Amino acid sequence: MNYLHLQLTRTILVMIWAFLSSMATADSIRFATTTSTYNSGLLDYLLLQYAHVSDTEVHVISVGTGKALKMGENGDVDLVMTHAPSAEAHFVDQGFGVEPQSVMYNDFILVGPNEDIANVRQAQTVIEGLSLIMASNQRFISRGDDSGTHKKELQLWQHLGALPAFDGYLESGRGMGHSLHMASEMNAYTITDRGTWLALKNKLALRLVLDSDPRLVNPYQVILVNPDLHPHANVDSARAFAQWMISSAGQEAIGDFRVNGEVLFVPSAQPTQ
Amino acid sequence: MSDLWATVSAAIAQLLSGDAELWGIVGVSFSVSASALLIALLPALTMGFVLAYFRFPGRWLAISILNSLLAVPTVVVGLVLYMLLSRAGPLGDLNLLFTRPAMIIGQILLCFPLLVAMSLSAFQAADHRVLETAKTLGANPRQAFVTLLFEVRFALLAAVVTAFGRIIAEVGSAMMVGGNILHHTRNITTAIALETGKGEFVQGVALGIVLLLLALVLNVSLGWMQSHSRVLRHGT
Repeated sequence: MNYLHLQLTRTILVMIWAFLSSMATADSIRFATTTSTYNSGLLDYLLLQYAHVSDTEVHVISVGTGKALKMGENGDVDLVMTHAPSAEAHFVDQGFGVEPQSVMYNDFILVGPNEDIANVRQAQTVIEGLSLIMASNQRFISRGDDSGTHKKELQLWQHLGALPAFDGYLESGRGMGHSLHMASEMNAYTITDRGTWLALKNKLALRLVLDSDPRLVNPYQVILVNPDLHPHANVDSARAFAQWMISSAGQEAIGDFRVNGEVLFVPSAQPTQ
Repeated sequence: MSDLWATVSAAIAQLLSGDAELWGIVGVSFSVSASALLIALLPALTMGFVLAYFRFPGRWLAISILNSLLAVPTVVVGLVLYMLLSRAGPLGDLNLLFTRPAMIIGQILLCFPLLVAMSLSAFQAADHRVLETAKTLGANPRQAFVTLLFEVRFALLAAVVTAFGRIIAEVGSAMMVGGNILHHTRNITTAIALETGKGEFVQGVALGIVLLLLALVLNVSLGWMQSHSRVLRHGT
């Protein structure tokens, strides 16, 4: 009986030790990024490439830009990649984030039902397109989740005066993929980043109705959390990952990423000296 | 309709092909929920026993609180736990947010009240003479407790099955405190939520089938054991 107890205790101790040491040795970083980069498959593709050059495990948490920045502010993640320039500037000004770097861009587009009842395809600018949707009281799905796409959409509506308040205006409160499917099911218009659109369009009963307006540029930045505020943050490994993304290898990987043969993101890092 | 069938058969094919990512996700669900259940089980049973057999001031209040906790939505547990475990929260130094232990804690909180409530009613329904008889026959308190546990084993098993069913199927808390990280904290339910967002219904359906099969197997075996025991009892 005593011998059995001893064996049992030893086994348990060994298991605990193995568990703890496995936790200690695996270098990992927490990376909060937007649903648009994750749902399109870009992140999976980049992490596969990064695994060739680094042992750091990158734990991706995909949420809207607003929440990602909040996680960075609280120190719950080590770095973020988001797409809302003014919110990012605020994040850095407040001292929550350091070393912001531009990584890539794509653009936003308006998509809608095949019949395009609001005739958005005739519009010259995105503002005109939105006003047509509002004037004909068509359904419009807003993300409503404080994401980068949502922030951009609200900015655009500002040009039409007040915030949208027509009957067709609906907030999904969900990620880009969910919102696109919702628009497709409900014959609604919505605004999306081109990456998610290209990745999903084969599954949607929607068509592109408006693009190529300079107001629709969608730049992505990577930002480290401030190590002075959060000394526990794994900033060294996070910086290594950020550096890789803006290195020629990372930039090439971003440019090479294709869905159904189409380029989704354009690398935009400034060449390092 | 043909689309629906195509999706379901593709899902079954994916399950049968032993898709590593898919089964990894199933593994996360099982290890998290089983750990939560194992940790919560003994304290919950003890508490159920104490509430059933001892009279003390505040007992009815404890039972009322317990019954209210049964109705707490999983997202509320997730939200509270998120605020506690966040770096900005009081337990931030533990570095648990977006890890499996965080998911386990959430599921412990979810199944504990259920286990206590169901074991409480099991103990209450048991014949009170069991304990006295055991004591008369010279059992020490621990042996008497074990005898009682054996006597109500099927009701307790039902409690365990119900609790496991609740926590393996919950998505609110797992999504919030787990973060849905592939290979780490992505479990069946958070994966279904994600894949639906991507319009990838096949994997979602495959994982849904696993959950359904699990519920079926658990409940059928519980029913079988119960009917089996009744036959035995009537036989003797």
